[in-house]
Amino acid sequence: MSAEPMPTDAVTDQSADAPPSAAAASVSPAPSASSSKGSGRGESGVLNVFSHAFLIAWVVMAAGPLVWVALTAFRPTADFLNDPMGLPTSIHWQNFANAWTEAKIGRYAFNSLIILAGSLTGTMLLGSMAAYVIARFTFPGNRFIFLLFAGGMMFPVILALIPLFTIMDNMSLLDTRPGLIIAYIAYSLPFTTFFLTSFFRTLPSGVQEAAMIDGASHTRTFFQVMLPMAKPGLVSIGIFNFLGQWNQYLLPLLLNNEDENNYVLPQGLAALTVSQGYAGDWGALFAGLTIAMVPVLVVYAVFQRQVQAGLTAGALK
Amino acid sequence: MAVVLPPRFTPERVRNDRRYRTLDKYRFIVGFLALPLLFYAVFVISPFLQAIYYSFTDWAGGTTANFVGGDNYVKMWNDEKFWDSLQSSLLLLVVVPLITLTLGIFFAYMITAGGRHRRGRAVSGVAGSSVYKIVYFFPQVLSIALIAVVWQQVYSSRSGLLNGLLGSVGLESLEQRWLGGDYKLALFSTMAVIAWSFVGFYVVLFSAAMGAIPKDIYEAALLDGAGRAATFFRVTLPLIWDTVRTGWIYMGIQALDAFAVVLIMVPPHALKVTPVYLYERFREGQFGYATAIGVVLLVLSMIFTLIVMRIGRRDQIEY
Repeated sequence: MSAEPMPTDAVTDQSADAPPSAAAASVSPAPSASSSKGSGRGESGVLNVFSHAFLIAWVVMAAGPLVWVALTAFRPTADFLNDPMGLPTSIHWQNFANAWTEAKIGRYAFNSLIILAGSLTGTMLLGSMAAYVIARFTFPGNRFIFLLFAGGMMFPVILALIPLFTIMDNMSLLDTRPGLIIAYIAYSLPFTTFFLTSFFRTLPSGVQEAAMIDGASHTRTFFQVMLPMAKPGLVSIGIFNFLGQWNQYLLPLLLNNEDENNYVLPQGLAALTVSQGYAGDWGALFAGLTIAMVPVLVVYAVFQRQVQAGLTAGALK
Repeated sequence: MAVVLPPRFTPERVRNDRRYRTLDKYRFIVGFLALPLLFYAVFVISPFLQAIYYSFTDWAGGTTANFVGGDNYVKMWNDEKFWDSLQSSLLLLVVVPLITLTLGIFFAYMITAGGRHRRGRAVSGVAGSSVYKIVYFFPQVLSIALIAVVWQQVYSSRSGLLNGLLGSVGLESLEQRWLGGDYKLALFSTMAVIAWSFVGFYVVLFSAAMGAIPKDIYEAALLDGAGRAATFFRVTLPLIWDTVRTGWIYMGIQALDAFAVVLIMVPPHALKVTPVYLYERFREGQFGYATAIGVVLLVLSMIFTLIVMRIGRRDQIEY
């Protein structure tokens, strides 16, 4: 159990369970014939109310600060400083304009997108190539390479950062986009390879053999036969890497710290507190946070099952 | 000559030769592994190994690094500020997983077993469980930098949400300088933020694990007259213990890190954790000393992992 990543459908099963139970609960709280003693209908009803009370309390806890930020983004700074708890009286878009241009949130988001386009493609390509070879071919050193990748997941990244800084500096990759992309790929590879290796192992071998017999080369078998078959695994790990790299703060802090114009979004947000704090423009700070937060939350809400499956798969490494 | 060409350009006769096929296979393996392994070796493995070496040198970022034996570690031993930071980090390591996992298990159990009893089912999930899980998971998809900035505003003593809430319900006396004042309060506030951002993750993880428990085990427990508390402690918890243990290790390592939250959110004078202390030494150019602190962090996380795995094993034998 501990060595295997969690089967992704365990999460989906659970959520798939919800709609029928919701329907059943609202239609008829039928007397429970099967539960003969102890927990009768009354007790379970009280417990149900209690559990909803607790669960809703944490909904308020989890979403409250985020909702407050989003609401405050629509208020003029002067109003906010008078009463931090107030609701927006009118829709005030100026904060968003300030955040986008003066606080450069648009620029940071653009930088993040460019980095991510390179790093996510590279991670998925290199990770699935390595994983496929490790999972489906026997050769000397196979086990060693697998353990090498698996072992890389256990070390705290901060330990490697200082030598990484000088390595990048020596290769003239420090404070460059290719440098940051390469670093993202390299630090995503251990888990990506580990996860996809176990995924490729579960695929049937007959298809691979059939493709080879039909005369497809190894490369062609990989790209046209095996990779499409691995799609569910690729989606899970792709989401994991997408969020991990989009939200990455530590690597850019070290490797991309020279020019403020090249900051990625998390760096830009961290810099906001300093810059907008000096300027006293709290409205732009809240608007910047909202701009950064809302697209991610919307995309997440749409793909929530895949995202939850992808991210929790990461915990059981 | 034909032997080194790709299969497409190789004559049929050669292509079916066993030696050619072996060569083709190894050519493919090397071709596919070369780039990933190169990236991994140069940018991940080599920095880790170098870090361990540099922790025994007086390296200051230049080309010279003199071997100084254990000097950095002796310096650390006598460095009071290092010990202060380590105290905060260790408290985070111990307390945060306890809070987060307890809340995570509690809410996950509420979601999977807190529903009304229904015909033929020993346990039932609450209505709207997927909605709860969606909202709980929000912090997990956001950047830790964003979370740190949001909470800095929530804790702000002049215009923060927390003091605002306390004031609006007439509890002005409880208003605090949450981050910039007292060390204990800043530490507590930091713990709350880390726990807040991870609870949803564990609710999803644990409710998936709980959902995987066969329903007939619950039915058997119910027939034996077990109440909800007994069912939880005797059935649910032991059966998801593997997941809890893995989650505990993961959470501990996250809490020991706590780098971004503390660096961005907490004023430097109020609270330091060891990774932030390391980062400051790095910025001062004390590369050798900083890597030595990193090695200590590595050892700490390994010790923590071993301890939790031992605790886990003992429990597993019990049932």
